[in-house]
Amino acid sequence: MTDYLNALVVFANFVFVPALTYGCQLALGSLGVTMIYSVLRFSNFAQGETMAFGTVITIMVTWGLQSMGITLGFLPTALLALPIGILVTALLLLATDRYVYRYYRTKRSKSITFVMASLGVMFIMNGLVRLLLGPNDQNFADGERFFLSADAFRAWSGLDEALVIRTSQALTIILAIILVAALFWFLQRTKTGKAMRAYADNENLALLSGINPDRIVRITWIITAALATVAGVLYGLDKGYKPLSYYNLLLPIFAAVIVGGIGKPIGAIVGGFIIAFSEVIVTYAYKKVLTYVLPTDMAPDGLVQLLSTEYKFAVSFVILVIVLLVKPTGIFKGKVL
Amino acid sequence: MKKLLLATAIMASLTGVAIADDVKVGVLMGFTGPIESLTPNMAASAELAFKEVSDSGALLDGKKIVPVRSDSSCVDAAAATAAAERLVTSEKVVALVGASCSGETTAVVNNVAAPNGVLAISPSATSPALTSIADKGFFFRTAPSDARQGEVLAQIVKDRGINEVAITYTNNDYGKGLSESFSKAYEKLGGKIAINASHEDGKADYAAEVAALAASGAKDLVVFGYLDQGGKGIVQNALDTGAYKRFILADGMVGEKFAADLGAKIEGSFGTMAGGEYEGADAWNKIAEGAKIDPKGGPYRGESYDAAALISLAMQAAKSTDRAAIQAKIKDVANAPGEKILPGELAKGLKLIAEGKDVDYVGATNVEFDDAGDVPGSYREMEIKGGKFESMKIH
Repeated sequence: MTDYLNALVVFANFVFVPALTYGCQLALGSLGVTMIYSVLRFSNFAQGETMAFGTVITIMVTWGLQSMGITLGFLPTALLALPIGILVTALLLLATDRYVYRYYRTKRSKSITFVMASLGVMFIMNGLVRLLLGPNDQNFADGERFFLSADAFRAWSGLDEALVIRTSQALTIILAIILVAALFWFLQRTKTGKAMRAYADNENLALLSGINPDRIVRITWIITAALATVAGVLYGLDKGYKPLSYYNLLLPIFAAVIVGGIGKPIGAIVGGFIIAFSEVIVTYAYKKVLTYVLPTDMAPDGLVQLLSTEYKFAVSFVILVIVLLVKPTGIFKGKVL
Repeated sequence: MKKLLLATAIMASLTGVAIADDVKVGVLMGFTGPIESLTPNMAASAELAFKEVSDSGALLDGKKIVPVRSDSSCVDAAAATAAAERLVTSEKVVALVGASCSGETTAVVNNVAAPNGVLAISPSATSPALTSIADKGFFFRTAPSDARQGEVLAQIVKDRGINEVAITYTNNDYGKGLSESFSKAYEKLGGKIAINASHEDGKADYAAEVAALAASGAKDLVVFGYLDQGGKGIVQNALDTGAYKRFILADGMVGEKFAADLGAKIEGSFGTMAGGEYEGADAWNKIAEGAKIDPKGGPYRGESYDAAALISLAMQAAKSTDRAAIQAKIKDVANAPGEKILPGELAKGLKLIAEGKDVDYVGATNVEFDDAGDVPGSYREMEIKGGKFESMKIH
């Protein structure tokens, strides 16, 4: 029995918890992309950099707070700085909409024009982020590092193996649940949310029924800013801030959006978890788990690893290609790009 | 008009003299990138030797050496080549101290040092592959090859009664070379390697790598990586997930910053760095401490001093600042026979050479070049005690 428990703990520690955390971070990032797609009808390539920008502002405010001696006890101070990060990011996104996207919207440009414009915005934000904080790694996590430490778990359970949950991981999961719940409540229950869905469904009909399009667009950008900043800060707290890794997040995020069905919020969340879990599950070596579960004489000699960890990013590529070939609309029947 | 011309001519000759008194030597190291916390002290150590030489006034009738720093990035061969190219062609340096990491050094030797005929002495490139590089005799190193470090570390691990390890190495010339020489020696001694996997530097997250390493079932993890990069990421994640508690480290991981960040949590971890019980150690410790460089706090400081000192002495022996002439004399001043020169005695060495006597530069690290331009070298066994690296034994 203890063998099975040990196997379960090993699996949870190295596969389930990291994948769940990563999935939450991807889901929040993908929700932003899907919102922009359904309301503004283009794929926002600047999403990764938006996350990086929100994180940069949050880091700078965090340092300011720390130098004034303000901390949050066992929680990271970055949580206090988060609202300011969201605010500044929202202002930046509204400015890009005002000075870049609005021009193409009034001209009724094709979707691909918007995509290319967003690529340009991405490069500018890319530079902005590096101007503000440089290209180096920054570690801004403070407070208690562990929510559940290895020693504490071993003492409590008496098992050989340990389950570790870092504060950043616990925070990611809790914050993601709260945000997603709030977003769905907003979209389903409030008047503005309903107006947004109406606008996304049929723009002309929505305009005829008196919905103010500018207001819808503004709110969409603000929601995207909030989602991207929270996702970026959580990713940074969990894995350390590094500008390039946010750019690299773009591929898994788009894979998640397309797998789930583009334009469908629920699809973005499910897609995020599918990508995260497949990346970790396929590259994990199962030797230890199997050694606990199987009888001694059947224990494997090799590592029982499907793919070496170098191929992690290839996994999201493969899933993306398979979905586009087999079911281009994604799991939840979104739009076809 | 005549006066003006005359004045111009005098001015020109004056500035000409001023330039002729200064000799530029390149200090080419990875000031940014994976070993950026090691290189400032290495460069400072090299510059210490140049300052000693310049202050003595004994070099070629009072010439001064001006070190010119350039960032070789450690990992980017193209950037390192460009930086070396700039030093050689536009700064017109007479020789190079560097480069710092193995991969970039290979590029610099192949693309710049050998074709242009400029002497390069690396204080820290340790890949075994550099022994047989086609350098036309222009490449030397004061740090020993990893072929030896791997063997020494394998012996230490075995002597401590560890019979199974997992290995992770950074995916470049340095990591691969070290992992190969270690595995070969360790398996010969009867040790078992549960997994030997590479990691890429510069990633945000090493959870998947650590998960695979942990699954191997080995109790100790050998890390052949960099303390500012993936190596640290791996150790951090292994500690977080409770996968490993004791780490076996090579020179790229042994540094003050690493011990300061994680030392308290990895008590009993151990490793090797180049260094030993040298004749010149006391003399080196004294001048290093005088310049606020902790001589035992990290690797390749004495080696950097030695590289710089050798270039200066060879210049004196060549009686010129000609690149090829300097290269021709390097072994004469480094190897026996001759009067032994220790750190801090560079002025004495320069005078002896000027008098036509033979010198044998011993320096901080017992420099003695073989035909390939390598040094035999010895290693210090380091262990984390009380959250700091402590020197245990010399091998």
